[in-house]
Amino acid sequence: MAIPLDQILIQTVNGLVNGMILALVASGLTLIFGIMDVVNFAHGDLVMLGGFVGATTMAATGNFWLAMLVAALTIALIGAVLQITTLRPLLGRDPLTTILATFGMSLVLQKYALWQWGPSARQLQEPITGRFDLFYLQYPWYRVATAILAGAIIGGLWLFLKRGTYGIWIRATTQDRIMASAMGIPVPWVHTAVFAIGAAMAAASGVLFGPLGGVTQTMGADFTLRAFIVVVVGGMGNLGGSILASIFISLLEAYASLFVSPAQAVIVSFVALILTLLFRPTGLFVPTPK
Amino acid sequence: MIATTSPPTARADRTFWLSFVIVVALLAVAPVVLPAFWRRFATEILIWGLLAMSSDILIGYTGMVSFGHSAFFGLGMYGAAAALLTVRPPSLWLAILYGLVGAGAVAVFVAFFATRLRDIYFSITTLVFSQIFYVVIFTWTDVTGGENGLNFRQPALGLPGLGETAFTPTSLHWFVLAVVTLSYLLLRRITRSPFGMVLQSIRENEPRTRAIGYAVERYKIVAVMLSGLFAGLAGVLYAIQNKFAAPDFVFFLISGEVVIFNVMGGVGTLVGPIAGAAFFLLLREGLSRYFEYYLIPVGIIFTLMVIFLPQGFLGFLRRRLNQ
Repeated sequence: MAIPLDQILIQTVNGLVNGMILALVASGLTLIFGIMDVVNFAHGDLVMLGGFVGATTMAATGNFWLAMLVAALTIALIGAVLQITTLRPLLGRDPLTTILATFGMSLVLQKYALWQWGPSARQLQEPITGRFDLFYLQYPWYRVATAILAGAIIGGLWLFLKRGTYGIWIRATTQDRIMASAMGIPVPWVHTAVFAIGAAMAAASGVLFGPLGGVTQTMGADFTLRAFIVVVVGGMGNLGGSILASIFISLLEAYASLFVSPAQAVIVSFVALILTLLFRPTGLFVPTPK
Repeated sequence: MIATTSPPTARADRTFWLSFVIVVALLAVAPVVLPAFWRRFATEILIWGLLAMSSDILIGYTGMVSFGHSAFFGLGMYGAAAALLTVRPPSLWLAILYGLVGAGAVAVFVAFFATRLRDIYFSITTLVFSQIFYVVIFTWTDVTGGENGLNFRQPALGLPGLGETAFTPTSLHWFVLAVVTLSYLLLRRITRSPFGMVLQSIRENEPRTRAIGYAVERYKIVAVMLSGLFAGLAGVLYAIQNKFAAPDFVFFLISGEVVIFNVMGGVGTLVGPIAGAAFFLLLREGLSRYFEYYLIPVGIIFTLMVIFLPQGFLGFLRRRLNQ
């Protein structure tokens, strides 16, 4: 069976767009893991919650960008509260306990969303309605804008970590928690802030994803799983790696869905994960550790 | 994850067997005195308890948190379904055999790949594996019935030399009780054997265990397989009780519930997870009558227990009693 070239190119664009949204989710997850060894099982639920808050704000104000801002700020606040109440007491305990705690958190968030917003999907209105010709398709500009915006947010994060004073605090905490504390960096608050930043990025991706796939209360588990796969394939705690891995995995899935149904295409990313774990458990996109 | 088996003394042993007999006797009398709804409920607690107990081998004894037990449980269910749908006349023992083969095959697969990884990587890999089986079962409609699952008739209880009788709710409860009790005794024996001691030493200090000369990977593989087989057995029992196999039971939420059972009851105790399952199911039953979104309070209670009672109810009680 020959696949026409135009279909392959369309899937490449689709894969890149999906990859950028996934990268936005995964970089928040990576940041949280890299800095406090917390595997955030509730990350996808923060995406979902962000999408819902965005949808509600959008319905009230009609402004997509305002909705995104409100969602990011609200979820950042919720994230900070969650971190202080559940993760801070677990600092220094077995990292496995954080999986359990965030799993409990995820249950609560998901059922709360079901309670508040009901089981039906919310579709957000696209803020950019223009389209351009891509072979036989009218490809929406919004999708391209999404990828660029996701890239810009990640770039902003990178600049902040590289140049900003607080970014340096965060990196210092990653490298040596005790030393950072000795130098006067308020480590517990750095943890809270990082969790809030990760949560805000998750919320932003939830709003960005809204017009593409709709917001449902079950989407959290899907995002969590995909973000985990990406983070492991890219090398745990490695920001650049997880971005490359997001694009890589999304492209793989996009190409696979040329042959099988999208539900089955997910298996390709599972296989990619298993192969990575078997042959290069440190991650695909990181230099080989000495 | 701290849980220690205190050195067995004659007195502690006597107390143990006495309470063991009392609990089993109470559970055996339960279906006779309880009304129909609670009779079924008691059977269900035993089945979920067996599943929770099977995962305790990994969580409590080896220190590996599996988020993939739904795969073993689900394959046990589908294995039983395969035996009951294809072989005439349907046989209970064949259903168990098929279920164990199904769960065992998955366990070999998962064990081979997942045990190369530690901590959270292990958890994520088991989660991903269970999702692979979920997607396969969900989309392979011709064989698995897809979203609708498979329905079949309950096999008769056939004991060698005694002939066959159809299951009544009471005899089903006794049968499940017998299976769960035997599994418990077997698992207790295994966890106290030299093999079980090696597993616990892996939990306490893996590099040191390796340095002493134990082939840690091999022990982990056997632990995962053992755990998978008992989880599969629970799946078979559940399939027989409910006369269906459905993809929902392969979904990772079930694995999450199993982890909740363990944490609530107390890891590394075998009985704790059963108590945790009972507590969780009762909590769900009680809350869902008043509040549709009962998982919100359950999730909050669970998270609080992770923070304040990391050893679960049983670990907490044990510590209090030892004071």
